[in-house]
Amino acid sequence: MAEPDAVKIIHGNEACVEGAILAGCKFFAGYPITPASEVAEVMAARLPAVGGVFMQMEDELASINAVVGASWGGIKAMTATSGPGFSLMQEGIGYAAVTETPCVIVNVMRGGPGTGQPTLSSQQDVYQAKYGSHGDYEPIVLVPSSAQEALDLTVRAFNLAEEFLVPVIVLTDEIVGHTRERVAIRAPGEIKQRRKPGQGEYIPFRPMPDHVPLRGNFGEGYHILVDGQLHDEYGNRVGHIPEKSAQHVQRLCDKINQNRDRIADVETRNIEDAEVVIVSYGSSSRPALRAMKEARAQNLKVGWVKLKTLFPFPDEQLSAIPARAFLVPEMNVGKIVREVKRATGKPCLSLPKLGGELHTPAEILTALKEVM
Amino acid sequence: MHPLGEKYLRKSSLPTLFCPGCGDGTILNAMIRAIDKLGGTDHFLFVSGIGCSGWIPVFINADCIHTLHGRAIPVATGLKMAQPGKHVVVFTGDGDCLGIGGNHFIHAARRNLNVTVVMVNNYIYGMTGGQVAPTTPEKIVTKTTPYGNIEAPFDACGLARAAGATFIARHTTALPRLLMNDLVKAVQHSGFSFVEVMTQCPTQAGRAIYGSGEPSVLLNELKGRAVVAKNVELKPGQFRVGTLHQDASRPPYAPIVTAEGTA
Amino acid sequence: MKILIDEAYCKGCGLCITVCPQHALAPGSRRSQKGYLMPATAEDKCDSCKSCEIICPDFAIVTVKEP
Repeated sequence: MAEPDAVKIIHGNEACVEGAILAGCKFFAGYPITPASEVAEVMAARLPAVGGVFMQMEDELASINAVVGASWGGIKAMTATSGPGFSLMQEGIGYAAVTETPCVIVNVMRGGPGTGQPTLSSQQDVYQAKYGSHGDYEPIVLVPSSAQEALDLTVRAFNLAEEFLVPVIVLTDEIVGHTRERVAIRAPGEIKQRRKPGQGEYIPFRPMPDHVPLRGNFGEGYHILVDGQLHDEYGNRVGHIPEKSAQHVQRLCDKINQNRDRIADVETRNIEDAEVVIVSYGSSSRPALRAMKEARAQNLKVGWVKLKTLFPFPDEQLSAIPARAFLVPEMNVGKIVREVKRATGKPCLSLPKLGGELHTPAEILTALKEVM
Repeated sequence: MHPLGEKYLRKSSLPTLFCPGCGDGTILNAMIRAIDKLGGTDHFLFVSGIGCSGWIPVFINADCIHTLHGRAIPVATGLKMAQPGKHVVVFTGDGDCLGIGGNHFIHAARRNLNVTVVMVNNYIYGMTGGQVAPTTPEKIVTKTTPYGNIEAPFDACGLARAAGATFIARHTTALPRLLMNDLVKAVQHSGFSFVEVMTQCPTQAGRAIYGSGEPSVLLNELKGRAVVAKNVELKPGQFRVGTLHQDASRPPYAPIVTAEGTA
Repeated sequence: MKILIDEAYCKGCGLCITVCPQHALAPGSRRSQKGYLMPATAEDKCDSCKSCEIICPDFAIVTVKEP
């Protein structure tokens, strides 16, 4: 086990595992896929040493469902994959959402669609992370931009999963996953646990005032009924009753949307006087930061925002930025730019990049000058 | 209500949604009796798939997770890893287990995972209205085989054996006492236990395959084809009932743990 | 012997009638509140073998020895 304050040179995939272990993860079920396989490989070596269980399952469908089972058995559970496996897991993610099963799903994004680009990066799955499963639900999506953030945001993912009883997606990409950097192995803050029922009758899906139920686990004598069909507070199906069905789905969405102030997170630099602000996330936030600094060196009033949660989208933080225009570089056809446009209502220039390579700072600086 | 029902059923979910005369209710009955013999529901965790059989453990007042179609066995895998001291029992149907869930079935058997899988076989996809299943006999007309089924059915117990299951039994709702006895043995067996239960489905399979929606007719039909004797050769259409295979020598799946144990 | 049928749960499926070795149960003509046809009972023929209790999909029948 890593000593407190250990510092290592490791890549984002390994850092993600260290974050999971710091958060108390005791079960990993996964399937090999480039560029995420190292998450499984490091878990296979590390979990038994901390009293956890690693399983390589027969496919990604088994992986997400085993994670759901382990979570109801009372332990923190995670899986990791890339695009093709993430697509397979969507039904399971929706099941975790409707049953309010805390769990963490890591998607180390690669180029898509289909088999796509197994060894090159992209940010193409950003909408899939939010809308990938059928039905109306609200997963939490965190987006690390470095190996250190892969650790920090995986810890946060477990905390958010426990706090809100929801699947949390950690959306890294091949660049973050495979770039070796300096990582401090220590938990950034408190480790959260699901809120236990008190004395007296426990009604498994009765929400507290923040819309989140208390959580008793299987094997603790509560005789809980968990059903993927829309259900009432006792777990009994209500899919055939329109009013109760609507209430259930609404609460699942309110649980996240009305707690957005506790979830949405951004980092900002130089936005107070900026005329144009770059809104970036993941690995492309790094050339964006360099571009902002070079612009400032040329006396251009540019600011920089790094989204650390993609969803729930940080509407409030973005709409408060006084800039007159935004630039959104992303390694896809232009997706999060739509959210920025929606949240700010101001001109947004999309800077998409396909092919698998990061934007260069020069590319972003050129686009900035066009906007200014 | 029968005292065992009073003691073990989840009242808030009753009445059961099974059709009158559905074998799922008799299987529920047998499971309750097995639970009673084995010390009560606190020793059990239930997992079920999608289909009529998936509703069986929902009606038991115990921890139960009603999962996605075909995914009961991987959910049971994770649950067993988190709660190794409990009896994990899966209820699944022939479509849920051998169709969409087939891959999970053979791998759990290969691992010799210490869970019990009860596969309710009514030869059809009943819940969705009577489409052909991996177990439907050839030539049968169903909603998706209007010209007759051109595919051969699986032998589920043979598949379980080939995949490595260490306890295999086949039973029928027509002989419920034998079923209950082997449910107890299956749960007590340390390793992957598979119990196939040939079951009457009055509404779908009854009418499509046997030309009758009458539960009693279908029950007697099953009873007529069931062969309990071990050394008798089977005639076409018959199926052997009882413990078909048991191997206590193979250790059950146990994950590697190098520090203090799991939760 | 008393044969008690819980009309809140009996669905009139007739399986108990089929399995009873003593012919203590037969198709009846009275419907429950839910509309299912209830079995007719001949309690003097029942020896509480419990075959009906074991087959019943709805836990709706129980035989009780009279004191």
